[in-house]
Amino acid sequence: MARLDLFQAMAARSRAVAAAATGESVLPRVLLTTAAVLFLVVFLMLPLVLVFMEAFRNGVGVYFESILEPDALAAVRLTLLVAAISVPLNLVFGIAAAWAVAKFEFPGKGLLVTLIDLPFSVSPVIAGLVYVLLFGSHGFLGPWLAKHGIEIIFAVPGIVLATVFVTFPFVARELIPLMEEQGTGEEQAALSLGASGWQTFRYVTLPNVKWGLLYGVLLCNARAMGEFGAVSVISGHIRGLTNTMPLHVEILYNEYNFAASFAVASLLAFLAVVTLALKSCLEWRYGDQLAATRRH
Amino acid sequence: METSLQQHAVTEKRPPLSLTIEDIRKDFGDYPALDGVSLKIAGGELVALLGPSGSGKTTLLRIIAGLEFPSGGTLLFGDMDASRKSVQERNVGFVFQHYALFRHMTVFDNIAFGLRVRKRSQRPPRHVIRERVLSLLELVQLSGLENRYPAQLSGGQRQRVALARALAIEPSVLLLDEPFGALDAKVRKDLRSWLRQIHDETGHTTVFVTHDQDEALELADRVVVMNKGRIEQIGTPDEIYDNPASPFVFDFIGESSHIPVTIQNGQVHFHERPLDLGANGLSDGPAELYVRPHDVEIVEGAAQSIPGIVRSFRRHGATRRLEVEVGPSSRGVQHVLEADMLPGPDIQPGKRVNLRPRRYQLYREQIA
Repeated sequence: MARLDLFQAMAARSRAVAAAATGESVLPRVLLTTAAVLFLVVFLMLPLVLVFMEAFRNGVGVYFESILEPDALAAVRLTLLVAAISVPLNLVFGIAAAWAVAKFEFPGKGLLVTLIDLPFSVSPVIAGLVYVLLFGSHGFLGPWLAKHGIEIIFAVPGIVLATVFVTFPFVARELIPLMEEQGTGEEQAALSLGASGWQTFRYVTLPNVKWGLLYGVLLCNARAMGEFGAVSVISGHIRGLTNTMPLHVEILYNEYNFAASFAVASLLAFLAVVTLALKSCLEWRYGDQLAATRRH
Repeated sequence: METSLQQHAVTEKRPPLSLTIEDIRKDFGDYPALDGVSLKIAGGELVALLGPSGSGKTTLLRIIAGLEFPSGGTLLFGDMDASRKSVQERNVGFVFQHYALFRHMTVFDNIAFGLRVRKRSQRPPRHVIRERVLSLLELVQLSGLENRYPAQLSGGQRQRVALARALAIEPSVLLLDEPFGALDAKVRKDLRSWLRQIHDETGHTTVFVTHDQDEALELADRVVVMNKGRIEQIGTPDEIYDNPASPFVFDFIGESSHIPVTIQNGQVHFHERPLDLGANGLSDGPAELYVRPHDVEIVEGAAQSIPGIVRSFRRHGATRRLEVEVGPSSRGVQHVLEADMLPGPDIQPGKRVNLRPRRYQLYREQIA
């Protein structure tokens, strides 16, 4: 019996030693976990739930009325169109920039990396203003554009440009560290085995970064749909023509049309949730492959 | 490792290609990584490029592969000028130091890669690719692992996959960059003799880079010793080991110590003591005598020997290695000779001994 007690005491002590080694005792652990969960609930979950509650406050009928109203539908279409153009563009730009930065040495590389970060460091409003200055009627290229009948400001091209600018870093930023970590060994191996440059890219480089790429694209897409500041400056808020969903939400809100405003907002929130779900789902489905590309 | 390799006819028998390297130069900025290197490698030969890091050996290998381009000189594959050909056109099998396996592909897909990326007209049909991959897996003794990912293999297994992948394209030459560099000592030794077996079986002209002299001497038909972008010596392992052409080679190829001597009337003198050693054709004047520890013997009697005091000794495999201070201490600079002797009770630090080199080399500083 005494022997058993001794054994249990030793086991308890070794647990205590292990806990001490990782620097955790019970109280801080509980406090930290509670704080994190509380923060997530108050600042992330609660607002999300509230958006949907507000949206359905006046009933399902009003909700669908607000969404299916022509101006709202136009805003949805425009938002999807802008995302459909700017995300693929930034996918290509991002891969090209990351490829150049991570796999090659060239003069001006540092400058390029800084430029890639520029959209993150500049307020989106400034980004919008820059395009107004450049393409506006009193702007640098404005008179020439007007003469040739090309509309950019207060039109879809301007919104696309502003969105492309703001969302540019997402893909590149995601890929550069990943590609740098992977080095150029596998590409050289592929070339030595007779693969062309395109085959090397298609079968070696791209598959190695596909998860990072997917993540970058999802973030890029979320931002492209949700961008407010830059688009707000450049769009002109023309209802049914140059209003994206975030702008439409704001207009409805300013008109005290809360139910409709939150209904459209709930669509945006829904898109965000779908994006996240998609990512988690893919990670779960291809977890093995994901682990294989990270380890090694 | 005893599987008969004869039964796996993996590669078609083509006459192996010779390599001719003529005055190859490579500059990185102002720094010459290769400073006029010339070398002929016969078809089917297994050649080691041996040298310390920074000697240019890897650069030379990458130039042969087409992964780097020389600043000057020519490179012939057989009779064909390959200097300006791209890496794809050269059809070389390159095994990278850290294997560079495609991490997102299975072992099977890794090995099949070089065949699958071929143009449709040259691509073997699917079942032929499958057969070849499976027989290569058998050759490298990894049958049954074709569905594993590289991350699930040990270092030695990855190395063998890398070799199988390089062999799959029926390369004109096989190039290996520090093939065993990242493996532990036991696995290295196994893989070494196994690689020799594979080479003898497949008959490829093979060049490998190493900084390990044992590896080079054991494995290669000929060893190319490189230093500072130049070739110091080319020869068979025996020639390199027995007749090192320069102090650098002597020092690099095995353990050694050296003392300053003078040559008078065709005889070697150490601090005016005649040692009864021939000058090997060197004219009178100062020289350095290089000797390996196992070629130094301890003799009775001070006549025609090098007197010294044992400074320390330590176990060295089957023998004990003595560090012996030689030369009159009044002259200031002390020189140390290392000598191997069988374990015995009669050696203590501070003991006086007399040494005689059995085999030695004499070098004189070249006045450029």
